[in-house]
Amino acid sequence: MTEVRRPWLNTAFGLLIVAVLLFPIYWMVNASLQPGGATLDTSWFPLNPDLAGYRTAISEQGGNLVTSLVIALGSVVVSLVIAIPAAYVLAQFDFRWTNLVLFAILISQMIPGIVIANALYSAYADLGLLNSIPGLILADSTSGIPFAILICRALMESLPKSIVEAALVDGAGPVRAFFSIVVPVSRNAIITAGLFTFLFTWSDFLFALTLTTTEDVRPVTLGIYNYIGAYVNDWSSVMATAVLASVPAIVLLVAAQKYVAAGATGGAVK
Amino acid sequence: MTTTTERPTTAATENRSSMKRSNRWVTVLFLGPAILYLALFFGYPVVKNVIMGFQQYDIATFFTGEAPWVGFANYTEVITGALFSKALLNTFLFTIGSIVGQFALGMALAVFFRRRFPLSGFLRSLILLPWLIPLIVSSAVWRWLLDTDGGALNRFLMGVGVVDQGIPWLTSTSLALISVIAVNIWIGIPFNTVILHGGLQGIPDELYEAGALDGATGWRAFRHITWPMLRPVVSVTLVLGVVYTLKVLDIILGLTQAGPANATQTLTTQSYQLSFQSFDFGQGAAVSNILIVISLVFAVIYLRANRRAVDE
Repeated sequence: MTEVRRPWLNTAFGLLIVAVLLFPIYWMVNASLQPGGATLDTSWFPLNPDLAGYRTAISEQGGNLVTSLVIALGSVVVSLVIAIPAAYVLAQFDFRWTNLVLFAILISQMIPGIVIANALYSAYADLGLLNSIPGLILADSTSGIPFAILICRALMESLPKSIVEAALVDGAGPVRAFFSIVVPVSRNAIITAGLFTFLFTWSDFLFALTLTTTEDVRPVTLGIYNYIGAYVNDWSSVMATAVLASVPAIVLLVAAQKYVAAGATGGAVK
Repeated sequence: MTTTTERPTTAATENRSSMKRSNRWVTVLFLGPAILYLALFFGYPVVKNVIMGFQQYDIATFFTGEAPWVGFANYTEVITGALFSKALLNTFLFTIGSIVGQFALGMALAVFFRRRFPLSGFLRSLILLPWLIPLIVSSAVWRWLLDTDGGALNRFLMGVGVVDQGIPWLTSTSLALISVIAVNIWIGIPFNTVILHGGLQGIPDELYEAGALDGATGWRAFRHITWPMLRPVVSVTLVLGVVYTLKVLDIILGLTQAGPANATQTLTTQSYQLSFQSFDFGQGAAVSNILIVISLVFAVIYLRANRRAVDE
């Protein structure tokens, strides 16, 4: 931290930066509250807020929002159940191939999603997983699982081995020691991993686009894409859907700020 | 060090070997599902893509189940096609433009937010928002902002009298790529700011105090203290940025659908269109394999940079 001479001048400048950077988000909210129909002259402020856009959004996209929610929650469960035990072994055991597995996880994050979608499409077609919620949960976990393993392992590695050993000496098996000690003390990393997995999956567009062919299972991201893929004549309902799709991000930023910072840095540098 | 670890008793040794045995069990139980998942959802797709790249794998394959081996035909057809060189050039311009913009602005903001002033922490967390909302939402918002007729940007520019006609930001072949890059820069600024700010916080204040005594302040302090100390974080940020930018699909499809007239076509969008719009999975795989090779080159750079960052 650097001391500055005129702190409030810096605050004013900071406010200006934030105002410019967040203008698109303001515009999204503003446009969502405009009356639908004649959109060419969206006013600069929502002086007469109109909820027609939200009514259209909920009636047309409500089901898709629920689909997104189910897939995101499912992916959080699948990712954490697979990742937390794996992170524990990779952090605390003298496992011979630890470095190889970590290397594979780092590399996996570099593989473009389109490669995965290309191959999964035909496999899913054979297995009947196209247009299915389990299919999307599994595919979407490709972002959550490597991230959750890395972030949980980073924390578990810093746990002193003695606290687990103490439990083992007391007669608890390794599995019980895991549930009664490792999981509770790793709570922060697990919450960060869960929140980000939710956000990754909620935001997924690629798998929604490629692994569904009908309207049976349609996440809200695909709903928005279908809106803007054609000529748009009612921007207020598109923007209302966009606002609703941004709610998890906004809630996360307001309610779980410390986890957001942990997730941003944790994902990048081991 | 405790005395027990220096002089293990027989009982402790026995205990340890039984622990090892049960650990092997636990390892399989705990790590097995993760390894299986990685193999099925990362290993299999990569192998399958390499194979599909050598096959005539198209719509007929889904009915007959046959995908004849065609050697390098998919690659030669794709590479000699008119679109490939354009997509490759666009991928290059999109990646370089996005990274340079995100990094320069992210760095400027990170340095600015290192100052101590009222609300600095609050404002810094607010700028994360563009990074957290779904990419397709950002694309939708920017499509409306950049709309030729009713978009806020054109209305503002016309209002202040800079232009008298709406600029076709996303529908002109000469402007579309620049607009898409600008939107991607906007999306990437928060991530760069957070990571670089974290790196800056790790530089001890004493270095700046010592530098100030030698006359290194302002730009010179940045050049001789900040930059060298930050280098490991910088390389990780840049390489991760490149890898993420190479695979961007949401923003381009959302803003321009890779148009107009392929003006914003990249390798990722081309691979998507070949596989999922022309249903030529063989050629789509060929393009995405080229993309994998480019990503892997950067992955190697990343791993080396990461190791150096950990070593230091």
